[in-house]
Amino acid sequence: MLWAEGLRHAFNQGRVVALDDVSFNLAAGQTLAIFGPNGAGKTTLLKVLAGLIRPQAGSARVAGGRRAIGWIGHQSQLYGHLSVRENLLFWASLYGVPRAERGARATDVLARLGMTDRAEQPVWSLSRGLVQRAAIAKALIHEPRVLLLDEPFTGLDLGAAAELRALLAALRGAGRALVLATHNVDEGAELATDVAFQLRGRFVQYAPRAGRGSAEIAEAYRRAVAGTNG
Amino acid sequence: MGELLRQTWTIARKDLLLEFRSRTAIVSAVVFTALVLTVFNFGRDPTAVSALDLAPSILWVTFTFAAMLGLNRAFQLELENQALEGLLISPLDRRSLYWGKLLANLAFVAVVEAVGLPLFVLFFNVPVGRVLLPLLAVMALATLGFVAVGTLFSAMVVRTRFAELMLPVLLLPFLLLPLTYAVQATARLLADRPLSEVAGWLRLLAAYDIVFFAVASWLFPYTVDE
Amino acid sequence: MTMAQKGRWLVVTGLVLLGGVYVRALAFTPVERFQGPAQKIFYVHVPAAVTTELAVILLGLAGVFYLFLKDPRLDRFAESSAEVGTVFASIVLTTGPIWGKPIWGTWWTWDARLTSTLFLFFLLVGYQVLRGAVPDGSLRARYSAVLGICAVVLVGFIHLSVYLFPTLHPQPIVLKPSKPSLPGEMLLTLLLSFGVFLLLYVGFVMQRYAIATRRAESFHG
Repeated sequence: MLWAEGLRHAFNQGRVVALDDVSFNLAAGQTLAIFGPNGAGKTTLLKVLAGLIRPQAGSARVAGGRRAIGWIGHQSQLYGHLSVRENLLFWASLYGVPRAERGARATDVLARLGMTDRAEQPVWSLSRGLVQRAAIAKALIHEPRVLLLDEPFTGLDLGAAAELRALLAALRGAGRALVLATHNVDEGAELATDVAFQLRGRFVQYAPRAGRGSAEIAEAYRRAVAGTNG
Repeated sequence: MGELLRQTWTIARKDLLLEFRSRTAIVSAVVFTALVLTVFNFGRDPTAVSALDLAPSILWVTFTFAAMLGLNRAFQLELENQALEGLLISPLDRRSLYWGKLLANLAFVAVVEAVGLPLFVLFFNVPVGRVLLPLLAVMALATLGFVAVGTLFSAMVVRTRFAELMLPVLLLPFLLLPLTYAVQATARLLADRPLSEVAGWLRLLAAYDIVFFAVASWLFPYTVDE
Repeated sequence: MTMAQKGRWLVVTGLVLLGGVYVRALAFTPVERFQGPAQKIFYVHVPAAVTTELAVILLGLAGVFYLFLKDPRLDRFAESSAEVGTVFASIVLTTGPIWGKPIWGTWWTWDARLTSTLFLFFLLVGYQVLRGAVPDGSLRARYSAVLGICAVVLVGFIHLSVYLFPTLHPQPIVLKPSKPSLPGEMLLTLLLSFGVFLLLYVGFVMQRYAIATRRAESFHG
């Protein structure tokens, strides 16, 4: 559902390398976890996949194009002064959900995320954890088949992070592909079917999970980071 | 085209709803307009210069600054929670984004002007009743010109340092021309000159609107993409 | 020879020639009947104004091409042209009032041509302010291109409103030496001065471009 081939991109006239020959592909039902320190180019990769940045070399394609992509970042992309429901209806309309269906879609998504009783509250009045849930609702409103997650756990307390992991686990399968980028291995390893370590723009390791436990992946990641720095 | 217009309307409606919910920007702009008009009243010597001589300048300088306030706000509100990024990821056409913002900004400035004009008439005792319709036409055309360029520039400045200061520096040279046309037209209207004398200025305003609307529609995508 | 050196030679040549033009203007060109010696300043003023305009037009053209080709060299040229254009605009805005005081009896008047140079000056300054406020190189280039194109459209509009609707625009108060009425001697001096200013423009832009290139390269290394 997701193809990337030889992606290269650099900022500031080549001074900062964000993508260095990145290639991968992802089928429905798979979850690629990309681990890397801050500034390794994870966000750039997701932005390239989302069509927000045109790579300087290589190409990326998502089956179904923009309409098929849902984005969950650490920023909610919601308008604080609108209610959760108004936000959902706005984004549904942008994604071309037929007017007659929008209301039912919003109700349905809110119910799935346990936010029915918060629907009429303005987003600014919600806690960080609830805002993140609303952001997921926003990302799901057009029933995307590819979910791009950029550091979704940032700023969440332990309970909320566990809740988010459970939600994401429920979103896997059902013909959906997920790409999760985070600097924290402990937060994402258990969701992954494929694992990549991105350092200075490059995929230094990219392999199926193949039965490895979270601790094992975390250990390999630490060695990879230490190896590049030393 | 239908899809473009539908998305345009979605953006405009969202902006207006946001404005209606928070109301801070529109209230400040209206209060600002009233204040500027008041300041102008104290800033002139009524025994030396009659209100009617200064009236067109006062009206248009006030409207120019009020428009600037509204334009600064237009893309600022998209920065909250990085909503702009969400818009750019979505299937939204960049032109629809520009047109939607343009519509919302027009509505914003129109509200400010709708309050400003009666205040202006009241404060400076300028009779506009007989020329109200042509005056409204001048206002509509000049405002469209202001907002067409201003919306384009406000998309650029939100990603620069000192955004609030940057917009006037970039935008004012572009507003001076429609401002000149509007002042000339208004002066002739208030002086009861025949409409034929105003028509030339209206044509210039319309030409400015058309040209800059087209140029901005073409250039806008380059200002929002990363 | 590097581009910077070539540019320096062009500028030196230009300055020497400018001296020559002025010797010709002061000693060998007749004194204008109505304005007297004050008119001599026009051999700087008018070519500087035309060069400013040229700088802005090239700035806009570079912008259009940049948006299609994304070649950073175009952006560097635009940057250089804007800076050199600002210098020439300053020359126009200084020499204008110096001439205006004895002839019009006032330092400044909102004459159409003077005002349009002021517009150019504001546009060029705004352009550079914008460049200073965008840290990312490619974004800066894109924004500059957009503003440059808008500036050229605006300049076109200013001219259009001056020429298409002349009766609507404030008329020049005092006679102006317009080209057709210029005697041959004066015209020749003016044309020579044009050539010299063009040379100076090219020379300055080449030097400024060389600096821009060096700056971009120091990012890489």
